[in-house]
Amino acid sequence: MRYIEPHAHMVSRTTDDYESMRLAGCAAICEPAFWAGFDRSSAAGFYDYFCQLTDYEPKRAAKFGLPHYCWLCINPKESEDMTLAREVIAVIPEFLKRETVLGIGEIGLNKNTRNELAILEEHIDLAARHDQMILVHTPHLEDKFKGTRLILDVLKADARINPERVIIDHVEEHTVGMVLDAGFWAGITLYPESKATPARAIDMVEQAGMRNIWLNCACDWGRSEPLAVPRTALEMSRRGYSAETIDALVYGNPLRFLSQNPRFRLA
Amino acid sequence: MTRQQVLDLYFMDARCKLIELAAFLDRVDRSEGEADFRFAAIQDALPLLQSSELGKARAVLMALSDPTSEPLAAAPGKGACGAWPGPSL
Repeated sequence: MRYIEPHAHMVSRTTDDYESMRLAGCAAICEPAFWAGFDRSSAAGFYDYFCQLTDYEPKRAAKFGLPHYCWLCINPKESEDMTLAREVIAVIPEFLKRETVLGIGEIGLNKNTRNELAILEEHIDLAARHDQMILVHTPHLEDKFKGTRLILDVLKADARINPERVIIDHVEEHTVGMVLDAGFWAGITLYPESKATPARAIDMVEQAGMRNIWLNCACDWGRSEPLAVPRTALEMSRRGYSAETIDALVYGNPLRFLSQNPRFRLA
Repeated sequence: MTRQQVLDLYFMDARCKLIELAAFLDRVDRSEGEADFRFAAIQDALPLLQSSELGKARAVLMALSDPTSEPLAAAPGKGACGAWPGPSL
């Protein structure tokens, strides 16, 4: 089988994970900027992180024949400090010129605060001014439903944003419908506890349709599984899906979305 | 899949999770301490499983979600706990 991992935080993973993903059929990895598990104290910390994402990490992936792409932003967990957030946003345009940058992400909300919303709007404005695609993080657990509604309101209020070039990630049963109905792509994240399991992900695809959905593992420093997408492909096979249908979901769909940026190429 | 195929594939997994949930409820009942909104949220969600309508996963997620629509003035912290504590917390 072959698949694309459209959302993985490889800076938190070992080199062995690259090898395992490649052996499982991974054809490319995309890495959105995220929270490192601690707050960075300055924009200089983010500058170094963006260098890591655009320089070091692609080289590490290339050792296993894997193209590595990234998305840039200051994540919502650190957006509560608006001064820092604005300093980081000011740094991003310089990095948008780099060949492996696909767009702005993962932006969004965490605790659904006014400051987070203001910085989300400024990220969306940045994306619009630079004609960038957008990858959106929706909040965790009890905050997801409210946050997804707020995010959709902000995106729909900006007439410059084409929903077909925006993916709203980490949807679950109570948010997938509103995302797809608004014309956006939806991402289902496969986590052992806090998001979707393979079985629930397939249930959602069966009920919502698979046209504009991608699956991702979002593996990071927490409990997560780098091979969650191929494991879900295996689960689809157990349900009797054909190899062609599985391929369309785990390879064709992310390829279709990501190829809207001509920089995205497979090896 | 037919209902028979769904049961053949997923019954044992669901049985395991059901017993795990029952054991968790017993564990909480055996313990001492103050009431906790997270446990109350689970107790409120349990009757939703008895529905004959489709959408039980969505209904449970909604029962555990913040139903409000106004942004917060400030973040109470970074994490989420899995159940909405209510407007006063």
